[in-house]
Amino acid sequence: MTSTDLILQGDRLALARLLTQIENESPDGLEALGLLYPHTGQAHIVGITGAPGTGKSTLVNQLALHLRKRPTLGDDTPPRVGIVAVDPSSPFSGGAILGDRIRMRDLAGDAGVFIRSMASRGALGGLARATAAVGLALDAAGFQIILIETVGAGQAEVDIASNAHTTVVIEAPSMGDAIQANKAGILEIADILVVNKADIPGADTTVATLRLSLEMAGSANTHAAVEDRTGSGRENSWEIPVLETVATKGEGMSDLVEKIFAHREYLTTSGGLKIREGKRVRSQMESLLREELFKRFLKGRPDGEFEETVQMVVDRERSPAQAIEELLKGKKL
Amino acid sequence: MVKKKIRVLICKPGLDGHDRGAMVVARALRDAGMEVIYTGLRQTPEMIAESTLQEDVDIVGLSILSGAHMALVPKIIELIRGQGQKDVGIVLGGIIPDEDVLTLKELGVADVFGPGTNTQEIIRTVFDLAGVEANDID
Repeated sequence: MTSTDLILQGDRLALARLLTQIENESPDGLEALGLLYPHTGQAHIVGITGAPGTGKSTLVNQLALHLRKRPTLGDDTPPRVGIVAVDPSSPFSGGAILGDRIRMRDLAGDAGVFIRSMASRGALGGLARATAAVGLALDAAGFQIILIETVGAGQAEVDIASNAHTTVVIEAPSMGDAIQANKAGILEIADILVVNKADIPGADTTVATLRLSLEMAGSANTHAAVEDRTGSGRENSWEIPVLETVATKGEGMSDLVEKIFAHREYLTTSGGLKIREGKRVRSQMESLLREELFKRFLKGRPDGEFEETVQMVVDRERSPAQAIEELLKGKKL
Repeated sequence: MVKKKIRVLICKPGLDGHDRGAMVVARALRDAGMEVIYTGLRQTPEMIAESTLQEDVDIVGLSILSGAHMALVPKIIELIRGQGQKDVGIVLGGIIPDEDVLTLKELGVADVFGPGTNTQEIIRTVFDLAGVEANDID
């Protein structure tokens, strides 16, 4: 029996091994992923992002616990939940400490949950290069909800939005004033905003600030506005909720679960799901193409040429743009 | 294809709450370029086996200071081997009497590191067990 057959039948070790191959971009892994691809597209992908220390892992733990108790729409059984937790790799050693499982111990022993830690391996944007592919493998393996936890994100790690169907942005009290809430970036990608640690002082102010910021953006948010232009109808637009949670105590989690299902429902009925799916696939293909072109370009050039060119730019003999132009023209530097 | 990354699970089985040693080792392995999954305190053998499977690690490092190693380690090895992970290297750190070290090695523990072990020695052992040359790592 092939590894893809095993994975489709729910073999967890085969799945775990495939995820490793995908992370290492091995030819076997890519081939298996190709075979599994027709079985994907069933899962709802939820991105969980926010600054370091806002409680992402703890919230994912609670969210998965609650999801496992809630029958999915039109089905009596709770969804199987796959979790991909990304933590940063050291830019110096390439190593990483992946500590998200520490907060997810409540999920141990549940065969309906599969947790995989990933190091970002130098990718910027809050995810690892292979995160989308790992999500696909979990989707094929029958996990109906996939929670992707990004690295602790700053203001611009917004890749998750183009990889998830529903993006949950987590804030904690006292993380910034009204100007922070109005800056572009991470807050703009939220479908659901969560103020976690809502039991500590300052939470009310944070919630009020976020709500005000959303009102200033108008009742329709960025995504809805984009989707509206395609004729889905303004009356269907999604109003971004601002929820309060205390993930350590499990407070507010039922609301969050219901909002995620409501967003899924909204995407399905408004036609937004198809648009998002299109954007998601497009963004994945773009980045794959970019990487592949870069690899092929390097392959076709003399050894060390790229490094030498980098050095020339370091030495101020060329500007980066000039150097690239010359490399592309194949000029001998 | 990217170069192989060594993935290591570091965990604290049983009830002792002293994780400084585990943290020092995790940090040293990270600085040697490895991906270290740290699961925290008070892990049952079942939890450790589950993490070993889901994370598909090359090496499992167990830190035990409670004296319960003879109860915990054989069970952990049995579970990991039983779920089909025959080639995962299992190493142990902590306060382990010499006579137990022999028994544990017979059971399949690849190496045991006592107090005062140089982290470079641990790093070398992990590279060896994972079958990777240190300079293969980017």
